[in-house]
Amino acid sequence: MFPYFQFAPQYLRKISGLRLCGWLATVRRSPMEEKLSVASVTGVDIELTIAGPGGRSYAFVIDWHIRFLLGAAWFVAGSYLYTGAVSLLPDLQAGFGAYTFTVLIPAAGIYFLYHPLLELLMNGRTPGKRMAGVRVVTTDGRTPDAGAILIRNVFRLIDHLPALYAIGLVTTMFTSRSVRVGDLAAGTVLVYDDPRLDSPSLARIGEAAVANLGLERAEIAHEVLDRWEELEQAARMRMAHSILSACDPPPPDDADDGQLRQRLAALLE
Amino acid sequence: MDERAAQRWFDQRLPMWRDTESDLGQIEDGKSAATAAVLRTVRAYPEIARDLAVARRIAPSGRLTRHLEQIYANLHRTLLRRPENVGHAVADLVRDVPRHIAALRWHIAATTALFIATCAAGWSMVVTYPELISLFASEAMVEHVQRGELWTDNLLNVFPSSLLAVRIFTNNIVVSLTAMCAGVVYGLGTIYIIALNGLMLGAVFAFAGQHGLASGLFSFVCAHGFVELSAICISGAVGISLGEALARPGHMTRTEAFQAAVRDGGKVMLVCIAFLVGAGLIEGYVSPNPSFSVPERLAIGVAYLLLFAWTLLGGARRWRVVEKEDTRRQRHASDAALNS
Repeated sequence: MFPYFQFAPQYLRKISGLRLCGWLATVRRSPMEEKLSVASVTGVDIELTIAGPGGRSYAFVIDWHIRFLLGAAWFVAGSYLYTGAVSLLPDLQAGFGAYTFTVLIPAAGIYFLYHPLLELLMNGRTPGKRMAGVRVVTTDGRTPDAGAILIRNVFRLIDHLPALYAIGLVTTMFTSRSVRVGDLAAGTVLVYDDPRLDSPSLARIGEAAVANLGLERAEIAHEVLDRWEELEQAARMRMAHSILSACDPPPPDDADDGQLRQRLAALLE
Repeated sequence: MDERAAQRWFDQRLPMWRDTESDLGQIEDGKSAATAAVLRTVRAYPEIARDLAVARRIAPSGRLTRHLEQIYANLHRTLLRRPENVGHAVADLVRDVPRHIAALRWHIAATTALFIATCAAGWSMVVTYPELISLFASEAMVEHVQRGELWTDNLLNVFPSSLLAVRIFTNNIVVSLTAMCAGVVYGLGTIYIIALNGLMLGAVFAFAGQHGLASGLFSFVCAHGFVELSAICISGAVGISLGEALARPGHMTRTEAFQAAVRDGGKVMLVCIAFLVGAGLIEGYVSPNPSFSVPERLAIGVAYLLLFAWTLLGGARRWRVVEKEDTRRQRHASDAALNS
């Protein structure tokens, strides 16, 4: 199923230098997106949200910029040290072999080995994937081993054909788990590591909120606050009144929209 | 669960969830996590599963449920990760490669037959229509041969051996990996790559032969070529096996069969890549070096091919078994000496 598109949070648009690919950041999760359900030994299944073509592309574009800049930086710095000037094709009469081994090959190595090395070292992530909030896992929800990571990266030879990762992009659009050929071969899948659910958010479901409202009401209050702008004014005011009516003192009947929101937020902090 | 019980449950469990998160962070970030933290995390796995089941019942899509799902997924991913050990990986490779090579024997035979047939076709095409060489060789190569010299002559004056070797083995590795990966198109991509390489080799040899340079070309190729061409044929065989897994998956699903073929073939490819690096070094240091005579080159080529075959056919496995047996005997002998 195709992912559902909606506008991105503002912080993604503020990332300096990535405005051109801002449209990629417009892809977010929706209720319609695919889930990967993994059976566990405990009998409680694990639900992972699969990253679609948008999330994948966003991570890839960030990674591409990083590896290109790193490779280019090595090349420029190395060339400068060798020739005393910055040049794409330095005129080297002697020492061409040494120049190749210390400047050209490491620069190419940074560019081409960026994905496999970092995915191995960062447990299925790269800086781009971390920024996009995605991670590579196996289809049974584990961190992929070195073999799987090598295979998914070797198949980039096919995925990048004929240009601009066309085959990879098309396969992510038409496969049920939004995977490219490399992932199909390695048995891996790209899933979201929910950025909304990092440590501070658990603190938000803290003792105070639960003590004030009770667990279920606190959960509902969080949902209402998160979706405040999306809800119709009358509906959100009715819900806020209903939640706050159990508190002491209850909100006045003539409390306006802003006051109700403020009171709700204060209760949850 | 009534509201008061839910609240009590939440208050009791919250510290454990937070501890688990912090332990998990330590374990994921580095390999030097404290043993106590690891044990706590292992014990937390079923507990978090139970808490998640409770949370799903209280608030199916609530914030707490989503958070517990995240912790649970992280625990599952981290604790059930397969151990990485280079020694074990090498042992697996040594054990499995001969088995996979045996399973691929017909694919290797078919790919080699295709390569030889297209070589002959390329030869025959250029012998019959010499102008067709422009399809297979660059203009510079053609001019070299027409002047009566091989393009490989004086190669070391253009590139240093080290650079030449790196360039060659990188190119060969990319060709062989592409031949394998192209098998994803039901093997057709692999057939195309193998056939194209066969046509080129046959055509270039025919063209060199027309100008009396075939023996010179053979003497250049023989030191590295046997292993290089064998590795490319084996890569092609792996590619064909991928295509076959997709076309005839047997009792597995297509995806499962494809993944199994990639896993098995990948191990064979690792050996091929290692030998292609060696072939590249020979091509950089030995093949263009005029101080090596033809018999010396032939001896290097044949010896390297035998080593390649020995590795693929399980020589390393037998050697390891013998080595283990020796170690066992030595241990028994030392035990007996101690006892006496």
